[in-house]
Amino acid sequence: MNILLSHNAQWVIVSTLILGMASGMMGCLSYWKRQSLMSDALSHAALPGVVIGFALVGVKSLPVMMLGAAISAIIAALLIHWIRSSTRIKEDTAMGIILSVFFGLGIMLLTMVNRMPGGNQSGLDSFIFGQAASMVRKDVYTMLILAVLVMLVLFIGFKEWKIFLFDPDFARGLGLSGRLMNGIYLTVLVLVIITGIQVVGVILMSALLIIPAVSARYWTQSFKWMVILSGLFGGGAGLVGTIISTLGEGWPTGPFIIVTSSTLFVISLVFGAQKGLLIQAWQLRTQRKVHVSSSQSNLTQGGE
Amino acid sequence: MSYTAWILLTASLVGLSCGLMGVFLILRRMAMMADAISHSVLIGIVSAYLITRELSGWHMMVGGIIAGLLTAVLVQWFNSRGVQQDASIGVVFTTLFAIGVIMIATQVGNAHLDVKHALMGEITFVPWDLIQLSWFGAIPEATLILIIVLIIVVIAILAFYKEWKITSFDPMLAASIGIPVALMHYLFMSLVSITTVAAFDAVGAIMVVAMLITPAAAAYLWTDRLSIMLILSGTFGVISAIGGYYIAVFLDTSISGSMAFATGIVFMISFLCSPKHGVLAQHFRTVKM
Repeated sequence: MNILLSHNAQWVIVSTLILGMASGMMGCLSYWKRQSLMSDALSHAALPGVVIGFALVGVKSLPVMMLGAAISAIIAALLIHWIRSSTRIKEDTAMGIILSVFFGLGIMLLTMVNRMPGGNQSGLDSFIFGQAASMVRKDVYTMLILAVLVMLVLFIGFKEWKIFLFDPDFARGLGLSGRLMNGIYLTVLVLVIITGIQVVGVILMSALLIIPAVSARYWTQSFKWMVILSGLFGGGAGLVGTIISTLGEGWPTGPFIIVTSSTLFVISLVFGAQKGLLIQAWQLRTQRKVHVSSSQSNLTQGGE
Repeated sequence: MSYTAWILLTASLVGLSCGLMGVFLILRRMAMMADAISHSVLIGIVSAYLITRELSGWHMMVGGIIAGLLTAVLVQWFNSRGVQQDASIGVVFTTLFAIGVIMIATQVGNAHLDVKHALMGEITFVPWDLIQLSWFGAIPEATLILIIVLIIVVIAILAFYKEWKITSFDPMLAASIGIPVALMHYLFMSLVSITTVAAFDAVGAIMVVAMLITPAAAAYLWTDRLSIMLILSGTFGVISAIGGYYIAVFLDTSISGSMAFATGIVFMISFLCSPKHGVLAQHFRTVKM
């Protein structure tokens, strides 16, 4: 329990909590845009940008590396769009290509930079698996700003997002620019990703976006409640996962957050009020009962 | 054989078997399933190690196949429970991967099994791990496994060529003429897992995705015939593997990263220059009109 009270651990817990909330809420948009795996592709694709950012400045400067990550993720998104729209290659194949080739390029550059003087101490490897333990007060502020931004974007345009996601034709009819909405969506998504990869790494980042949204889906039909619940699930997973990871020596924070999140998903899957396994089994049983009793009454009526 | 020759042979075998499997992955729109399986294979390998306490290729193969099939089954099941297909893929593989990483961090400790190695592969170590075959001489274990996997893949493609062709292009027709679609699906997924595990040692999890998807996608831009697509995709795989090796030697950097990058170059050339589906050809066609 001593570790919990240490100053640094508190910062880590607060920042993973906030990150979890922001990415959980953002994940709902990705879920309904049917682009859950896009976040996976973009977070892998951020790696070369991080390394190039480092190589250009020569020291580990977080803003430059985040800018690099953002640029390379956006290039990846544009390439995916270009490949999909100008050939017969499907979106998932395009994502797979960009994801793996960008990641390969990232590893190539990383190996070269690690040979540079001072490169090995840069902790660039931590971007692959994340390093929540290195979180300091400045990072918490970055995450706070990010989380507030995500919530602002979601709440100010809540009605517009809803129309844009669920009835794009109607949105066009209203004069809502699809290009603008897509642009905002992509920008916020990339912001969440480049912040998150420092904590959980490029490989597991997409889980922070996908899993809470899918879990929330089992509790409600309303988009508003889904966003709120997903934020709570994401934040809760961040909090609990980080606390669990402080219990053991050298336990990785990112994977524990993801596993906590998945546990919440399994609980939702079984107990969820909408389409949960238990509720479905119960509905099936009552229906069967109604069916059986009605057919029995039919039988007795027919017998008369 | 010399050190470089073994590496080139191993890399080419990866390129060839991945290229062949990739064709069906793309046509069945399961590119991201390959990504998922390549990540979740980690948990199979770690479990195999924790149970048997030795790093043997065969145990890992079994572990990997079980993990791959588990992924396929779970994705299918969540999907039938109302989770969107891609979200369901995202949930399953990240969870399994996270569990794998935790198992390595907490249990395996200082054994020489580490996540970075599994993800990025270390093809330079392949020629050191020799086993003796009485009729052949010394051969690296990874290479031998890859040869066997390639033979299995080729036999499976030859045996089920017609079935897979029909299930890939027209699943409804396949079901209606009595092809066991579900069985074919899981058989196919097992083969993808075998290929992934075999390639794991050489190029690592994420480069396997590049090898599986990218050469096949490039081949898809050149031809409309399945047989030609298979040949082209295998060839592109081998070219990228060998080209990637020399890029890596030239720049003195990660071999598996360069191979993934080389598949990207092959794809980019196809994307721009293919006479039928290439961007340049389309551009000139519209200009002419």
